[in-house]
Amino acid sequence: MANLTINGQNLEVDAAPDTPLLWVIRDHLKMTGTKFGCGMALCGACTVHVDGAATRSCVLPFKAVAGRSITTIEGLSKDRSHPVQRAWLEIDVPQCGYCQSGQIMSAAALLTSNPDPKDADIDAALAGNICRCGTYQRIRKAVHRAAELSKTGKT
Amino acid sequence: MSNAALSRRQFIHAGLVAGGGLVLAVTLPRGASKASPAAHADSQLNAWLKIGPDDTITFIVDRSEMGQGVYTALPMLLAEELHVSLDAITLVPAPVGDAYVSPGNGGQVTGTSNSVQESFDKLRLAGAQARLMLTQAAAQHWKLDETQCRADEGCVWNSKGEKLTYGTLANAAAKFPVPKNPKLKDKSAFKIVGKPRLRLDTPGKVDGSAQFGIDVLLPGMLYAAYAQSPVLGGTLKSLDSSAAEAMPGVRKVIKIDAGVIVVADHYWQALKGRDALKVEWEPGANHALDNDAIAAMLAKTAAKGEGLSARNDGDANKALQSAKQSLKATYDLPLLAHATMEPMNCTADVRKDRCDLYVGTQVPQVSQVTAAQAANLKPEQVNVITTLLGGGFGRRLDVDFIPAAVIASKALGVPVKLIWTREDDITHDTFRPPALEAMEGGLDGSGKLTAVKLHVTSPSITARMFPPVKGVDDSVVEYAINFPYEVANYSLSYSRQEIGIDVGYMRSVSHAPNCFAIESFMDELAHAAGKNPYEFRRALLKAERSKKVLEVLADKSGWGKAPPGRYQGMSFMLGYTTHIAQVAEISIDQGELKVHRIVCVVDCGYMVHPKIVESQIEGGTIFGLTAALWGEINLKGGKARETNFHNYRLLRMNEVPAIEVHLLDSDEAPGGIGEAAVALPAPALCNAIFSATGKRIRKLPIGVLKLA
Repeated sequence: MANLTINGQNLEVDAAPDTPLLWVIRDHLKMTGTKFGCGMALCGACTVHVDGAATRSCVLPFKAVAGRSITTIEGLSKDRSHPVQRAWLEIDVPQCGYCQSGQIMSAAALLTSNPDPKDADIDAALAGNICRCGTYQRIRKAVHRAAELSKTGKT
Repeated sequence: MSNAALSRRQFIHAGLVAGGGLVLAVTLPRGASKASPAAHADSQLNAWLKIGPDDTITFIVDRSEMGQGVYTALPMLLAEELHVSLDAITLVPAPVGDAYVSPGNGGQVTGTSNSVQESFDKLRLAGAQARLMLTQAAAQHWKLDETQCRADEGCVWNSKGEKLTYGTLANAAAKFPVPKNPKLKDKSAFKIVGKPRLRLDTPGKVDGSAQFGIDVLLPGMLYAAYAQSPVLGGTLKSLDSSAAEAMPGVRKVIKIDAGVIVVADHYWQALKGRDALKVEWEPGANHALDNDAIAAMLAKTAAKGEGLSARNDGDANKALQSAKQSLKATYDLPLLAHATMEPMNCTADVRKDRCDLYVGTQVPQVSQVTAAQAANLKPEQVNVITTLLGGGFGRRLDVDFIPAAVIASKALGVPVKLIWTREDDITHDTFRPPALEAMEGGLDGSGKLTAVKLHVTSPSITARMFPPVKGVDDSVVEYAINFPYEVANYSLSYSRQEIGIDVGYMRSVSHAPNCFAIESFMDELAHAAGKNPYEFRRALLKAERSKKVLEVLADKSGWGKAPPGRYQGMSFMLGYTTHIAQVAEISIDQGELKVHRIVCVVDCGYMVHPKIVESQIEGGTIFGLTAALWGEINLKGGKARETNFHNYRLLRMNEVPAIEVHLLDSDEAPGGIGEAAVALPAPALCNAIFSATGKRIRKLPIGVLKLA
């Protein structure tokens, strides 16, 4: 039993102590926006924020993050209004969409630490997120656009 | 497909929705249908459009959305002629039904890049028919002639400015006969089709609400993990499941011939339970299978000669003998894994007399039959709910992940979601088959191409998946059979050599191997003829559209004008009725290959949604580039050595070159775009490597080869 703070809510979780945060989020808490891709922190589909930092949830025992602030794609905004989500909509990034929650969470964390990322910064921050459909060009463009939207606060 | 073709094949009828409203449905003529004639009496079956009295407009989509954009492009076609806003339409994935059979694919299949090609006329016709019936109903209500009424934005209006919504007209409209040949709008009058707009599936994909198969949640659902023989094709020899059964949360361990299913309250518990199984496998015939053994099998069969003839123009052998110059080269293609980002999974809810099957599949019909067999039910007792697919690429044309979920649900009496791990997914993929593609070509004294031969040796996917195959498996030579260059003597042949494991269709199927061989060889021939590879191709391309694509490519890529230290290679393909060509621009620094830029020019006919076309070309290029650089499954002792993304590499953000896509406007019929780009990068890249080094790469992947 442990308490997790996810998307601002305090939730009690009864799961085996070694259960990765990913499966707690998906199976126990029924939030399915965070995806299972590899189980080895290789693909980034499971990316969430832990205290604002992009973190792979598939290899992180949930007990290790008790008491820390966790944000999933569902908690990024209530209405797709986060600048990264707005940029993703504007550029129409996704194809199959399976990796996109993770891409968006990685991009949002990047913009928090680096409000004006260059291409190389984006490449470095998102190199851990695989997109098999190959939406990388649009992702890069959308991250730049999200940076603009964050600054102006306008659409 | 023309209207006439549609009316010959299918019968469109209208009826009332249960609870009121208009439903339009399509059925096949008696005899062409597998369902009982009685089934056709129910107009809910095979419906593709329902308009409810509450103004709901439901479009039943017969194609699976796997990223290629059908959940946007297809409703656009319907909305254009129905005269409704796209946002007014609710999409529902089609159940299994005759109306949803793709004529080109011979089944209810999303594949061969034909969704828009087959829907372009059909869905516009459907929209127009419904609109005309609604207009007639309004005219009747107002006692006007229908020419005095017009349909717009989901309503019918009269000249006084009065309106009736489609919903209020739906019941009355259902009583009118379906118009046979309504006049469709000219492309110049399109308001929706061809215009930019946000994909309908994007919002759910940026807030996490899009539901893929793996996201299905049902009350009382349990989770399952699946253990399979690591040696492909192996079977279960012995099992001690006592430790697994004692694990927390584990509900049941089920033995089946092909493996062991562990069912638990949560997926992590199912995985831990699987780890605790004590299993011995009977490795079976593949215990010593490895890539060398496969290569030897293919080489032995290839050496026997030409096999079955797929096409034979003129006399290639004779022309080769009299050629001034002749060339031979064999191209070698590896096994590949599909590696969809969403691992294989299926959720089954088996009851006494029915089964609900939630699955991201490209083949709902085959899924239905497969689940029915596993549950010992009749196919019509299985309701297939097709979810969004987290990548398809042909992997989800296979159904090998379905039976275990069904068996588990039946055994436990509750819904069960079975998920493959990434390791399961890569090691037990139905791999893209390997191929040896042997080319010969002849040139006359002036460097003119006089003969081409291609002999393909590979396993047959179709023989396993859609048997029987008589003669040549079309899917092995599907690109080469339409050789796009002018040559009087052309011979294409195929030798089938199975390799002991199941192989599957993968995005672009044999377009990629055929095109790698043909486009690499065209480059070799051009150099042998002392000609510029661009000019050599351009002079021989048969179609004007092909030539134009190549000319624009030469211009946009700056062909022949690469910056110092950069080298270019070109490739062309006419596949899926799309004309497409690429130039890869590379450098090699101390033996290390770097791809800087790929320029791609596409004429895919009329584009319903150009931004989706662009995204498919970009994505397909990256898919093909990944395969060219690194794609390879290595078997050892019958097991796949590659297991996850650390050893089965996929291109990442920091590794992709700049990709420039140039789409040519065209009024021709739409061509396929989901698979078209995949084949181009490998030959373009290898031709560029030849420009840089003089070294020919005829075996893929390029890998970590030192190119100094």
